[in-house]
Amino acid sequence: MAGWAFVVPALVMYGLFVLQPLFLTIQYSFYDWDGVGPGEWVGLDNYVRVFTDPDLLGPIFNSFRLLIFFSVIPVTLGVVTASLIHRIASTRFGSVATTVIFLPQVIPLVASGIIWGWLLARPGVVNQILETIGLGGIARAWLGDFGTALPAVGMIGIWVLLGFCTVLLQTGMAKINPELYEAARLDGAGWWAELRAVTLPGIKYEIGVCLTVTAIAALAAFDIVYVSTGGGPGRSTQVPGIKIYIEAFLQRRVGLASALAVALVVLVLAVILPVQRLTREDQT
Amino acid sequence: MPRGNGRLEWRGAFRRWGALALVAVLAAACAGPGAQSTTTAEPDEPEETPTTVSDATETTSQDSSSSTTEVLAEGPSCGTDEVVLNAYFETGFDLPFELAEEFSNQFPNVTWDIKQDQFTNLMNATPRLLSGDNPPDLIRLPSMVSLVHDGLLKNLDDYATAFGWDEWPQSQLLQNRVAEDGTRGSGSLYAMGLNHSLTGVFYNKELAAQVGMTEPPATVEEFDALLAAAKEQGLQPIMAWNATASGGGLAFPLQHLMAAYGPIEPINEWIFQKPGANINTESNLAAAEHLQRWIEAGYFPEDVNAIEYTDANARFRAGEGVFIFNGDWENAVYDSEMGDNVGFFLFPPLEEGGQVAAMSAPLTFGIATNAPNADCAAFFFNWVATNEVARQINVDVGGSNPGGPADLPIPPAAAPITNETLAAGAEVAKANGQMDFIANATGAIFAEGWTPELQEMVGGLQDAAGLLEAVQAEYENQLGR
Repeated sequence: MAGWAFVVPALVMYGLFVLQPLFLTIQYSFYDWDGVGPGEWVGLDNYVRVFTDPDLLGPIFNSFRLLIFFSVIPVTLGVVTASLIHRIASTRFGSVATTVIFLPQVIPLVASGIIWGWLLARPGVVNQILETIGLGGIARAWLGDFGTALPAVGMIGIWVLLGFCTVLLQTGMAKINPELYEAARLDGAGWWAELRAVTLPGIKYEIGVCLTVTAIAALAAFDIVYVSTGGGPGRSTQVPGIKIYIEAFLQRRVGLASALAVALVVLVLAVILPVQRLTREDQT
Repeated sequence: MPRGNGRLEWRGAFRRWGALALVAVLAAACAGPGAQSTTTAEPDEPEETPTTVSDATETTSQDSSSSTTEVLAEGPSCGTDEVVLNAYFETGFDLPFELAEEFSNQFPNVTWDIKQDQFTNLMNATPRLLSGDNPPDLIRLPSMVSLVHDGLLKNLDDYATAFGWDEWPQSQLLQNRVAEDGTRGSGSLYAMGLNHSLTGVFYNKELAAQVGMTEPPATVEEFDALLAAAKEQGLQPIMAWNATASGGGLAFPLQHLMAAYGPIEPINEWIFQKPGANINTESNLAAAEHLQRWIEAGYFPEDVNAIEYTDANARFRAGEGVFIFNGDWENAVYDSEMGDNVGFFLFPPLEEGGQVAAMSAPLTFGIATNAPNADCAAFFFNWVATNEVARQINVDVGGSNPGGPADLPIPPAAAPITNETLAAGAEVAKANGQMDFIANATGAIFAEGWTPELQEMVGGLQDAAGLLEAVQAEYENQLGR
């Protein structure tokens, strides 16, 4: 019982600041409410609208495109980087490399978005470098161009999330029995064969965690997108998080925004639960 | 034994706390949304009529009754007791802060508790601030119709009578009136403007001379010729902003073109949400097509969709751009960096001598329905428009027309550019050419309508007809028509 008592403060906080907002969001999603006046019960109307309004499908499609940049690329690159660093882990360069790659994770996302906004602007550093090396022809406002805005936002995501994945995967690799590598090398395995046969199976669980965290970051993205493009140009980088914000605070349709938020939670679960199953299956 | 007691106590504590948490969650879940807020902002609550003497004065001034009657005759005031005005101002605009400081100089019993935030954040926070436990006495209002609908803004009609605002030129109050059916432009007064802005075309005098401009263009065609000349000389014809963060700035040239191609009344009716109003008219289409030609001719910066408001102005001040569509709120900054090199003209009409028009909107502030110092805040509004020092601050810092009674002269400004815009403002007023901003028609028409559609137009993904159609559809969707 005393054990319970120690948990109570945390439980109360959890109830107040996690469960209550969650339940309130679900509750609001059944109302037509402007956030101030009295709300009106509308049943499932908001959900019908979420699933029939084409304006709301675009952001969901965009968030799946972001999934490639926020999740697939950082995890793939993370595996490669981590295995490279793992080989030189004991050297001084190894720890410097880890620190440098992890650094973006320490910078607040809003600051990252602002900095990248400057770097990627038409007069920004990225275009200056391109012009110096003779690629001035492709210089453009990367975040203001319909073709490049979403990949540019994705690039910021890669920059932020690569460090997280690398460090986590590196930790996973550190607990793999070195004898396995020794045995592989005796059998004449190169870097690739070693990665495929020893490393990847050994860090399956860590990959699962990376995929889960980065997939949530992609599907529930808000800060990076809001600060760097705000969803523009047009609606080319609008993601569900931005749409929820606009519906709730600009359109003042709290009910519809809540319904969209609940749908987003379900979408996130639908994406990460299979990942969890796949990577955990033969863990125990 | 003590152990057992202790355990029991813990268990009791757990039960109490656990139950409390559960009750809190359940209670919140059972009440419908908005149930709590309605008690703080009851629209049906009888309007508190402004007391002619502030309560504080009544209870404390025991010395002589004659002084009380004197205050009585003057109408609502800040009294003589300590008053702390609870205010929310917009970050980045010095005018309200300087007016507040001068007000305290003249009325030492009034001090300020000023909070500030970005315009967009204020836009989101206003309903919660107004309905909260500490309702502001004075707050910068981004929009007002929905706030009036929720009963969050004080009806200022009685103050208007008490201070004689009814006798001022009424065009300056029009935009702050909301009728019972929720349309703006008529009905009761719910806000006041600290000043009245004006938009038009600013130009870099040196560059304008270079493209052969000896006097401001008299027709749209003449303006077109200047733009073409600038393009030919490799200059940036128009500097502009169109990034999502600051909103689609191309709405400025578009609305000026609309006013050149057609009458302004339908535009204002659309902004004021009059029933049946439609932005997709023949003349507006011609205006949007004209804008599209400007875009296709490369008159705007190629990266305009990524340029924010502050960047556009910095680049214009640094000499990039012959022209920029903007408003007189930027006067002080232009003056400090460009001095004599910046000029201003009203956007020309289609035919020479035709009607001139401009966007002109009050710098709107309101009072919360339950504001504790409403009388003092209303007195501040009146002071800003009528006090000589306040009007001078308004012109020098704000760069705009202070408004107020018709017989009060507008003080001359220190910055030459401000004198140019003030003169232009008088011309627009004479022609009855004031419009509100099409970006302000509804709370989200800018973010969800104009901005993305104008960006698509820049990107070649939207044409003039599609732009107006899409914005009209979004407008009707937002108004639930």
